[in-house]
Amino acid sequence: MTPGPPDASGSLALLPRLDKIPTGIVGLDEITGGGIPRGRSTLVVGSAGAGKTLFAVECLVNGAERYGEPGVLISFEESGADLAQNAASLGHDLRRLERDGLLLVDHVHLERTEIGETGEFDLEPLFLRIQDAVDEIGAKRIALDTIESIFGGISNEAILRSELRRLFLWLRERGLTAIITAEQGTESLTRHGIEEYVSDCVILLDHRVLNKVSTRLLRVVKYRGTEHGTNEYPFLIDRNGITVFPITSTELSYEVSAERVPTGVPDLDAMLGGAGYYRGSSVLLTGTAGTGKTSIAGRFVEAACERGERCLYFAFEEAASQIRRNLAPVGIHLARWEDAGYLRIHATRPTAFGLEAHLALLFRRIEEHAPTVVVVDPVSNLVSIGSPLEVQVMLVRLIDYLKMRRITTLLTGLADSAGDREESGMEISSLSDTWIRLQAVRTDGRRQRTISILKSRGMEHSDEIRELRLGPGGVGIEEIAPDERHAPVSAGSAGP
Amino acid sequence: MTATDPAGVTYDLRLYIAGLTPRSLLAIANLKRICETHLAGEYRIEVVDLKQEPGRARRDQIVASPTLVRQLPGPSRRLIGDLSNTERVLIGLEIAPHPSVQEVTTHADEPPVRP
Ligand SMILES: Nc1ncnc2c1ncn2[C@@H]1O[C@H](COP(=O)(O)OP(=O)(O)OP(=O)(O)O)[C@@H](O)[C@H]1O
Ligand SMILES: [Mg+2]
Repeated sequence: MTPGPPDASGSLALLPRLDKIPTGIVGLDEITGGGIPRGRSTLVVGSAGAGKTLFAVECLVNGAERYGEPGVLISFEESGADLAQNAASLGHDLRRLERDGLLLVDHVHLERTEIGETGEFDLEPLFLRIQDAVDEIGAKRIALDTIESIFGGISNEAILRSELRRLFLWLRERGLTAIITAEQGTESLTRHGIEEYVSDCVILLDHRVLNKVSTRLLRVVKYRGTEHGTNEYPFLIDRNGITVFPITSTELSYEVSAERVPTGVPDLDAMLGGAGYYRGSSVLLTGTAGTGKTSIAGRFVEAACERGERCLYFAFEEAASQIRRNLAPVGIHLARWEDAGYLRIHATRPTAFGLEAHLALLFRRIEEHAPTVVVVDPVSNLVSIGSPLEVQVMLVRLIDYLKMRRITTLLTGLADSAGDREESGMEISSLSDTWIRLQAVRTDGRRQRTISILKSRGMEHSDEIRELRLGPGGVGIEEIAPDERHAPVSAGSAGP
Repeated sequence: MTATDPAGVTYDLRLYIAGLTPRSLLAIANLKRICETHLAGEYRIEVVDLKQEPGRARRDQIVASPTLVRQLPGPSRRLIGDLSNTERVLIGLEIAPHPSVQEVTTHADEPPVRP
């Protein structure tokens, strides 16, 4: 522990600063303000399959590859071959790291003997074994996964406890940054109560089923001498490893832009003060089925690509091929922009996984593609997998995240047939800067689509209901002669 | 270790210790006594001090000291502890007590291991 630098301004910084090392796990180092405590032990607790082993592997691999800190993995459960195979699915080559002397995996194989112990014993050979491995590669980081398994191999608990206590002190004396994994318990945090001996930093990995979909959550339960969020943060395990998603809602400090972005429909630009949306704003587009939401979204994306902007289209209802096919008759051709690398369409079933995982995936895709325009079509389909409050929270976070990156976002929403109760209780409209409503009306037996702007913050906009025309010529908007104005197809308000 | 021992003994035993601590010395003494009593002329003991050969803990899968490994007869068996509980040692090594010292198992001359 080193004292913090003197602070000229005289604020804070009086507490001794805990030295931290980055885990390299995306998001975790942000939450913890720099990583895990250097030269101390961090306890990682979770139930089976929670991701403890992968967490440990990530810390070691990142330490070795990015921070010049070789690592030792003492594995009490999985063999070196199993670990290497699992890590390969996350893009890590453990064998190569081992050959390069940056990683050493020691699989401690414990066989339980039926007869118990023949007398007193100690775990000195385990200490020697760890020391030997650490010395061999000059390790700075070490993971013990899962040390508790030792309780399954040896029956004298009293000796084991005092030896484990001694082991953790011993690791600390050697200045090793340790990751100790443990199975979550029912009466105590860990099954064998080892949190008693490792107490500098405790991270809990949870794998819960929320609304029938599984969701991974990470929480920093304890972090001695440091401020940390107590929130549960969603995390994802995929081919890129572990990614934790810090909640950004607290940082409402995004820059508001005066720059405008064309909607792709000149007539709609005209309705929006002549110039379109604000750059980095969020636009809500609601309407009943078949009113043209996807067409307007498609034009927005196509026009952005034509200007050389990068776009992401998240489809929660239709397959990418279906979107391409349905837009072609309206003169919107997305495939060429996909081929050119400007546009990516990601189609996902809402029920494929939980809200947190969806959000995590959206963030990841956005980070990968770095778009300036994002479409979520339709956002209302996510309602099926969470309570209104959960969906609301997710959308707040999504919109915050996009705004901070100055990404202009179009969210479509399916309105119920009455047309006036948009989003069944979901208050997305309040989160949106611009709200456009599409409706279907009947005129002289002809089905007609209308478009109106319910709100658009910070600009003078049209307050008329106009006709939306979709055809081979593209997307067009025309004024409706006063005598032609009719009520919507079903009873309900005709708009403002 | 080959299956046919050069010395031609039936029991080939290896005792792993971590330094010559009182507990290690006790284990060595216990082992010698048990072998002399029950396996006279049939055994061989090798003592491996992991303090001297730390690499062997990993190679030979040792975590506790003392650990006794029965190399022969196969399959190998391992016992943890200072070998004070003779009965457990005999059971663990699958040694039938020598007829002349049958009372060893009935008289429980050692205190129980469990605290
Ligand atoms: N390449 C991958 N892509 C997506 N998910 C993966 C991938 N590899 C592993 N996982 C997920 O990670 C989980 C396993 O993580 P891990 O082995 O770290 O858990 P653990 O907490 O150590 O489990 P245990 O208690 O069984 O030791 C799997 O259940 C799987 O869901
Ligand atoms: Mg594991």
